[in-house]
Amino acid sequence: MAANPMTQFNVYRIGPEIKVGAFDISFTNASLFMIISSVAILLIFNLGSKKNSLLPNKIQLLAELSYTFVSKMISDTAGSKAKPYFAFIFSLFMFVLFCNMFGMIPYTFTVTSHIIVTFVLAAFIFIGVTVIGFMKHGLGYLKLFVPSGVPAVLLPLIVVIEIISYLSRPVSLSVRLFANMMAGHTMMKVFGGFVISLGIVGGWLPLSFSVALTGLEILVAFLQAYVFAILTCIYLNDALNLHH
Amino acid sequence: MIKKIYFQLIFFSFLFSMEAFSAESGGMPQLNPEFWISQIFWLTLTFGILYLVLSKLILPKISANLESRKSQILENIEAAEKQREDSETKLKDYEEIISKSRLDAKTIFNQAREKALKDINAKREVLDKQIDDEIIKAEQEIKILRENAPDKINKIAIETSSELVQKLIGAEINNSSISAIVDDLSRRNGDKYYGN
Repeated sequence: MAANPMTQFNVYRIGPEIKVGAFDISFTNASLFMIISSVAILLIFNLGSKKNSLLPNKIQLLAELSYTFVSKMISDTAGSKAKPYFAFIFSLFMFVLFCNMFGMIPYTFTVTSHIIVTFVLAAFIFIGVTVIGFMKHGLGYLKLFVPSGVPAVLLPLIVVIEIISYLSRPVSLSVRLFANMMAGHTMMKVFGGFVISLGIVGGWLPLSFSVALTGLEILVAFLQAYVFAILTCIYLNDALNLHH
Repeated sequence: MIKKIYFQLIFFSFLFSMEAFSAESGGMPQLNPEFWISQIFWLTLTFGILYLVLSKLILPKISANLESRKSQILENIEAAEKQREDSETKLKDYEEIISKSRLDAKTIFNQAREKALKDINAKREVLDKQIDDEIIKAEQEIKILRENAPDKINKIAIETSSELVQKLIGAEINNSSISAIVDDLSRRNGDKYYGN
């Protein structure tokens, strides 16, 4: 019995070992599901943008609703200046959403349940946002760490706190997504294990929990993708429109 | 009894899973750096391709589709508005025509009536004239007759009185003396008989 709920997160090689210099870039199950998610996104949105009918069919409606949803999210949180970054945030949202959703299918692998994946995304966002901030405002971007209207006595303390909170952004962003995904899948696996070990007599209770958890996890999968994208928008907003 | 068995089962299964966890040591596979480089590489590759294809090919198309739909709907609304205005002006024209033709019909009717009245009056006048003529003629005839009547009556009176005298007396009296008496009588009593 595969009772260990952590085995589902194992990464294993598919096919031969590929090495570039000292680095192992073998094709793994994680790579497979990244490709599946990307291909699914591209397929759906390609189908949804192929024909331009006045009355959209279902797939076109889906693509267009997603487009307006993300574009509204960006314009609401980061304003009109964030328009050039729309494609990135759209890709990010869709990628995280599809990886989360594909992870909900039994026997699949959840790409976003790995800290390294979410951390690379978050670090890229963090570095990108910082670069944009310095490019837009020069050294004036450092004013982000000095909130206005703070007494001079508290200023050193506040600045330190602001810097720490700014630097912890990539960590909090990546850990939030990874921990949510991992915890949800672990919990479902544990309850699934209970169903097997309690059998026909007592298995009904954990089974019902499992069913309820599946619904919850689908909600979490969407919500975490949304949170990831909207936090990116908020960070971008800080860089584009310096408020302090 | 069943409850007890149920809780025992849960307890044992907990024990079992605890043992299972500890048996397969290594903890979280996420913290095993063996495939980190591979994951970073494949993430960059797939996400990069996804971003490029979406931003260069697909998203502009969706945006263009949305824009064209928006403009088409606006155009349609404009066209509908224009058509509505057109129909309103046409309706106004139609109403104008209707009211004008109603007016026309009224005037035509009035004219016709006037004409008919005129005709009728003319005809009546003609008829009246004819009737008047006839009446005048008849009156004249009557007048002539009336004028002639006393002479004839006088003549008849003279003749009858001469014959009466002849029969009664057996003598012949000449007519001139009788006619003088009759003329005198009729002159005296003529008003009584003819009502003139």
